[in-house]
Amino acid sequence: MAYLAHRTAQALIVLAIAFTATFVLLQALPGDAILIKFESPELGLSPEQIADIRASYGADVPPLQQFLHTVAGFVQGDFGYSVQYGTPVHELIGSALPDTLALAGLGFVTAVLLAVALAFLSTLAPFGWLRQALRSLPGLLVSVPVFWLGIVLIQVFSFQLRLVPVIGADPVQALILPVLTLAIPISAPLAQILARSIDEVQLAPFVAVVRAKGAGPARVLWRDVARNALLPAVTIAGVLVGELIGGAVVTETVFGRAGIGRLTEQAVANQDVPVLQAIVILAALVFVVVNLAVDLVYPVLDPRLKRKAVAA
Amino acid sequence: MNALLELEHLDIAYRTPAGVRRVVHDVSFAVQPGEVVALVGESGSGKTTTSSAVLGLLPSGGRIESGAVRLSGIDLAGWNDRRLESVRGARIGYIPQDPVSSLNPVRPIGAQLADVFRIHRRGDRRAVRGRVLELLERVGLDDPALRAKQYPHELSGGMRQRVLIANAIALGPELVIADEPTSALDVTVQRRILDLIDELRREHGTAVLLVTHDLAVAAERAERVVVMQHGRIVEQGTTEAVLDAPAEEYTRRLLADAPGLAEHEFRHPRPPLYLRDADVAAAENPFALVASGLTKTYGLGRGREPFRAVDDVSFRVLRGTTHAIVGESGSGKTTTARIVSRFVAPDAGSVEVGGSEVTSLTGAAKREFRRRVQLVYQNPFASLDPRQTVAEIVAEPLRNFGVGDRRSRAAAAARLIDRVALPAHLATHRPAELSGGQRQRVAIARALALEPELVVLDEAVSALDVTVQARILELLEQLQGALGLSYLFISHDLAVVQRISHSVSVMRHGRIVESGPTEQVFRAPQHEYTRELLAAVPRRPAPTREVFA
Amino acid sequence: MSADIRTGLLLAWLVVAIVIAWAIVPWLFTGQDPISGVPAEKLQGPSLAHLFGTDAIGRDLFTRVVHGAVHSLSGAFVAVTVGLVAGTLLGVLAGSLGGVVDAAIMRLVDVLLAIPGLLLALSIIILLGFGTVNAAIAVGVGSIAAFARVSRSEVVRVRQSDYVEAAFGSGARLHSVLARHVLPNSLTAVVGLAALQFGTAILAISTLGFLGYGAPPPMPEWGLLIAEGRNYVATSWWLTVLPGLVVVVVVLSANRISQSLGRSR
Repeated sequence: MAYLAHRTAQALIVLAIAFTATFVLLQALPGDAILIKFESPELGLSPEQIADIRASYGADVPPLQQFLHTVAGFVQGDFGYSVQYGTPVHELIGSALPDTLALAGLGFVTAVLLAVALAFLSTLAPFGWLRQALRSLPGLLVSVPVFWLGIVLIQVFSFQLRLVPVIGADPVQALILPVLTLAIPISAPLAQILARSIDEVQLAPFVAVVRAKGAGPARVLWRDVARNALLPAVTIAGVLVGELIGGAVVTETVFGRAGIGRLTEQAVANQDVPVLQAIVILAALVFVVVNLAVDLVYPVLDPRLKRKAVAA
Repeated sequence: MNALLELEHLDIAYRTPAGVRRVVHDVSFAVQPGEVVALVGESGSGKTTTSSAVLGLLPSGGRIESGAVRLSGIDLAGWNDRRLESVRGARIGYIPQDPVSSLNPVRPIGAQLADVFRIHRRGDRRAVRGRVLELLERVGLDDPALRAKQYPHELSGGMRQRVLIANAIALGPELVIADEPTSALDVTVQRRILDLIDELRREHGTAVLLVTHDLAVAAERAERVVVMQHGRIVEQGTTEAVLDAPAEEYTRRLLADAPGLAEHEFRHPRPPLYLRDADVAAAENPFALVASGLTKTYGLGRGREPFRAVDDVSFRVLRGTTHAIVGESGSGKTTTARIVSRFVAPDAGSVEVGGSEVTSLTGAAKREFRRRVQLVYQNPFASLDPRQTVAEIVAEPLRNFGVGDRRSRAAAAARLIDRVALPAHLATHRPAELSGGQRQRVAIARALALEPELVVLDEAVSALDVTVQARILELLEQLQGALGLSYLFISHDLAVVQRISHSVSVMRHGRIVESGPTEQVFRAPQHEYTRELLAAVPRRPAPTREVFA
Repeated sequence: MSADIRTGLLLAWLVVAIVIAWAIVPWLFTGQDPISGVPAEKLQGPSLAHLFGTDAIGRDLFTRVVHGAVHSLSGAFVAVTVGLVAGTLLGVLAGSLGGVVDAAIMRLVDVLLAIPGLLLALSIIILLGFGTVNAAIAVGVGSIAAFARVSRSEVVRVRQSDYVEAAFGSGARLHSVLARHVLPNSLTAVVGLAALQFGTAILAISTLGFLGYGAPPPMPEWGLLIAEGRNYVATSWWLTVLPGLVVVVVVLSANRISQSLGRSR
């Protein structure tokens, strides 16, 4: 219980610092985005009108007050208004979220399946050269730029093989290539860590004992190695969630899909600070929550930590 | 003669990127049904490789190049893994060295024991469960139903080794290979585990191939001994023949160096010091170290009993002598050493070095104190900076205290290196290029650099092979004689303590149970625990007794 | 097998050497102009005259890739320097001082870790504006956390070693223990990480270039090259595939070198 409270407090502190930092860096420091947008002569707005607009964005009060106002808003799920569109940020995010969730969720599941398959095949595959090839694959895949992978996939599957239509694809077809684009680069480091920890566990003395009982390689791998080897991979799965969000930005841009990634890209292009800040904070929240969950689940997977977690 | 296991001209090599390295040459010996054969050797002798080859479990890259491994006349050497799997566990059992890492940490004990029945398809689920509980009871675990559900980390080292023994004998194999089955265990636990293996062996008529570095264990337990060195068999024969009349020089050296087997005189403090040294005589205080009432408690977190690691410990070290603190793991001996060398602050009690109180020293005074007391660590692989050369390591204490200039320090380092009998050319080498014994000599040279009054040796010879250990002990004795050093010698090994110390304190659960001159404590132990410890030390059975049947 | 490994490492160094040469003396590798093209030769496939083919306004793609090396490499260099200096400083301070300083620094690092790398980079770009250097700094800030974590854990590991205690035990003061034992033994891992981050930075910078936040056109930055080639995916594959392959090979080489540095510790 105390452990849970401690970890939760730590997570909240991280979020609070993240929020303050983004506020200071994005809202307080830079030139006034509203002025940049509305002062341009083409709009022909009078200084009074601009002042009114500033007031409507809450930009006319001292920074500390702005900060408290923004905090209060975030806690209630009100992220302010987009400078670009003038609509509430939570509406923009709300409408973009389902697409991105579908993409990211499928991407993550695919990445995990790919990684596990790669890691285990590279230990179990029948021929030495095949194992070697499977083993070096993740190293190659981490070196591939996500956006380029997307383009190459379109080139191969849509234009060369004509398996997935570019125009007029149904929603499921339209997801195939983006999900692969997102999943492949994320599966690579996961597969690397899994394969490495399988190797390490294979060398542990208890594996020799199991083999000395007469167990075959498949039984050793599934019964004894797999669970021990998965433990380190679980911890970095949390880190990969961050990669997933970054990957979504690129993937959505490459495939021209609507979603959080597109929203982010446009927010940066248009200096739309409130939108970007909301997205950054949400991403940090997701990251913190996922990692908290990993920390809490870990003792369940590893009986050695159970007592420690309860006692600490 | 129908041998159960017969190795014939066995050659084993490792294929590494650097080429083929042959590690076992032309090894031939046999194990008769029901017999205990000890395979004895120091590290790198090839004993473990040889025993792994019997099970076909050589590490990756290892291969039997030629020769035969016959089990009841059938050669297993050319068998693939699939065929060997039917032999492993069923006809040959295996007891590993380190009980801590030899059980799967994330599976309950019972499930792991059940594996061997499942793999060889012996019995249904319920029958297997019954057999598992029987086995756990048989190897001496209380409450088998509870133990079966527990995870390895919830059991002590000795209990885990019992589980592993149960695992090895589960299917009643004809042969059990025990690879250093007790070297990671305390001496009293070691005795009980070896007794258990004996008992089970007699019950089932199982033969045992006992792989060990400890000649005393071999002498006590085996009917025949095979001595290996550098991957070759040096000598083999009945235990009596090998021990009474060793034919080879290496065996003789091994026998002489094994602290539990060789006869050593007890050490006595030299004639009163004032006869030899006027300075020392002038000092009123004959003690290099006086520790009194030392106590150290560690908190284990909220809701748990604090752990009293050291509990009211007092002892004295006479100048120019060696005082040993002996105890099993968890006895508080290392914490005591660290309090004396001021790496741990005691909760209560005092330490006087050469008559002055040192526990309260801080800052510059504490740094100055480092000149007077030096610590030598157990693991010479961890206690030397891998990036420094030997000369730099040895000269560092001088540099810290600004003794002399660069040149005079280099000269001092060269003298120290010579003092610990290391060849001068090693001065420019780094620790990775040295052997374990050489590294420990470097650590001793570093400890001597500041000419301390007291050297604390924390298990300083425990990680070394017996022949290397014997040389380091000789060096320590010789330095003591030449420099008038006092030693506080921390060890778990009673045989070593008997050989090196003048006086001894026996610790258990943080307390000293018995203290006195070494001869008195070893010849006429007063405390029951001391007697138990002494009885547990493996020794050669007395000639009058019937050799272990 | 070992020969394979050694050849692989040698190849990796060769690739890096060639790319560095591209960045320093691009005119040794190609005589053509990276900025203005020959409209008559537009969209030609790879040939001897144009190794990587030509783009929509007839510029030689190979020339553009060669001239683009300087942007990617200097960007990655700036990024790694930012991360290495700031991250290692933070990590070493946290690891050697411990206590409150450690806790404060590590919370800060947690924050940097919690924000996905690309979002962090984008936030910094919005702050600093677009451009090659700003993109590089943004990527560098993103790697501070990794450097800080690795250097801190290495410092902590070395600090707990017997030889550091032995140094204190023979009278050494904190600063000389840090300088003599802790830093030399903990920075090897940081060097390995720097090589790894070099590859990662090339990827990240090309991603920012692709999104249009890095070097502005007509500069031949690699990410931007691929972005420009995108419109011709259906007809002119070489415009995207070949520059992308160059990126992959360079990153792969950097990772390979980092592995060898990590192993030699």
